[in-house]
Amino acid sequence: MATTEKTVIWPQQDVLQPVPSELWPASDNPDLLEINLGPNHPSTHGVLRVVTTLDGEVVVGVKCEIGYVHTGIEKNIEQKTYWKAIPYVPRMDYLSFFSGETAFCMATEKALELEVPRRAEWIRVIFQELARIHSHLVFLGTGSVDLGGIALLFYCFRARDEVLDLFEMACGARMHPRYCQVGGVAEDLPKGFEQRCREVIAFMRDQIEQYYELIGANPIWLARTVGVGVLSPDFAIKMGMTGPNLRASGVPYDLRSANGGYGGYRDLGYTPVTKETGDVDARFRVRIDEMSASLDLIEKALDGLPEGPVMTDDRKVALPPRHELHTSMESLIHHFKLVTEGFEVPAGEVYAPIESARGEFGFHLISDGSAKPWRVRLHGPAFVLLQSFAKLCEGVYLADLIAILASIDPVLGDVDR
Amino acid sequence: MSDMLQINSPTWGAPDADAADRIQAALGADAIERRVEFRGELTLDLPLDRYIEVCTYLRDEEGYDLLSDVTVVDYLGYTGEVAGYWGGDGRDINRDSHSGKRIVPEAAGPKRFGVSATFAKVMTVTDGNHRRLRVRVWVDEGESVPSLVPVYPSADFHEREGFDMMGVEFAGHPNLRRIIMPEDWGGHPQRKDYPVGGEPVQFSDEV
Repeated sequence: MATTEKTVIWPQQDVLQPVPSELWPASDNPDLLEINLGPNHPSTHGVLRVVTTLDGEVVVGVKCEIGYVHTGIEKNIEQKTYWKAIPYVPRMDYLSFFSGETAFCMATEKALELEVPRRAEWIRVIFQELARIHSHLVFLGTGSVDLGGIALLFYCFRARDEVLDLFEMACGARMHPRYCQVGGVAEDLPKGFEQRCREVIAFMRDQIEQYYELIGANPIWLARTVGVGVLSPDFAIKMGMTGPNLRASGVPYDLRSANGGYGGYRDLGYTPVTKETGDVDARFRVRIDEMSASLDLIEKALDGLPEGPVMTDDRKVALPPRHELHTSMESLIHHFKLVTEGFEVPAGEVYAPIESARGEFGFHLISDGSAKPWRVRLHGPAFVLLQSFAKLCEGVYLADLIAILASIDPVLGDVDR
Repeated sequence: MSDMLQINSPTWGAPDADAADRIQAALGADAIERRVEFRGELTLDLPLDRYIEVCTYLRDEEGYDLLSDVTVVDYLGYTGEVAGYWGGDGRDINRDSHSGKRIVPEAAGPKRFGVSATFAKVMTVTDGNHRRLRVRVWVDEGESVPSLVPVYPSADFHEREGFDMMGVEFAGHPNLRRIIMPEDWGGHPQRKDYPVGGEPVQFSDEV
């Protein structure tokens, strides 16, 4: 249980003035050099444009310009029935894609007061953790490339492929699977999944040791990361940061364990991984340790996976099983109504946050009682954590700015939506 | 029922009605206009001029240290029932676009826009209950909401997005520029009267 008794000290000396998310150069020194990092820069992890002002090699001004991959997901979802909106969601945070699906389904289920079978919740846990591992692997691989270590990228992407194979095995798609549905998951786990999953877990455990060997004692790595971009817990909370970045600063806040967790985590239990130093190194290590913790969780879920249905039996929400369509008129009608009209969700406002690979991923869903959401606000963790970036870069060298950006792990699909 | 809801939304903790009581005791009964509870989530509707005062109280006295979300909602043409303000029988989904392409609906409800902020307790928790609470103010077109940035710095991007997408002004925001759309974009895309299809392609005349 994550409990702390520390209180945030609120007067805000540590927050940038006048704009908390932008570092403005102090003087009008004519020697200052303004450069654009991005939008097409390999270390911006997408299309982020960082307007950087340099005094020599020291960063004195940072401004993040976002919006390059804005695709209007929120507006699009307003035009779709709840059922048809699900595939949009994983496309925002495309690295921990399954978290997005789950968050959307959980928000809808909350508004519907719909109960999800336990087996489905546990299967969701398995895939949420796999998506988290996938995201952290990409983070680790690309992050190490940003710091000049190319080897880890190949190690990580090889392991990432194994994880994606599991998704393919269960639902046919490697990314953006649309496996999570309102009321459960689309299908039960296929035969042989458990064995394959255990093989991947064993493989991953071995890999994680290698990652630690690659970065843990590497003097160049340590020189680039230790003590760089230190994020204090107070500042992180003030800037709304959640997820691994916050935990790397020593705050054991994880929605999987806060208030007892949500969904399957309630049964499985989880203890947050934390690091104390809050620097770039801690942010890398907390994610590697989280991968280990995720593997433990998956193994625990596989061990005790409850029997039973994987989809709610509420036919007003869930599609009837395929075989019933050939024999039952009612099932056919339900199928037709669900696919064409969708289901109606009671009018009201819910906010359902879950812990994605980057932090609190929340869906603020406003329903007007019809079959389409009135408004969906996607609260992506990357959008929020990018606000702290400017402060972290105050007075560092340009090369460290790259390391800091890599370590806070923004995904621009999530930022721009 | 209640047990099931715990499974679905434990991340909210128990509805923090005590905090609402304490706000009214400290700041006067008129600091909260209305309390709305839906699915275990407590929303406090505030008068616009008490918004910052109540949020500061929540931060300093109640320990809501994390601002998790600021959402602007356009209720133009909303016919469902929400917040006990107005009733309705929902929207006919077979109707033509509700987003203003053919039908420009009238604003329903107290005012057109609802601006809500969701808070969470993270570091101040002593009883293991990370509660959440939402406050909401209503504004019309042309009215401005006081900015939360001096109280919660992380409101920066959220409010810029609210301005960009919905056209709600946040008075006192130090950097109220468009954040996602280009600086010279016309209109506010997430308003309900902004068309979804058939709009002229912007920036196409410069080629």
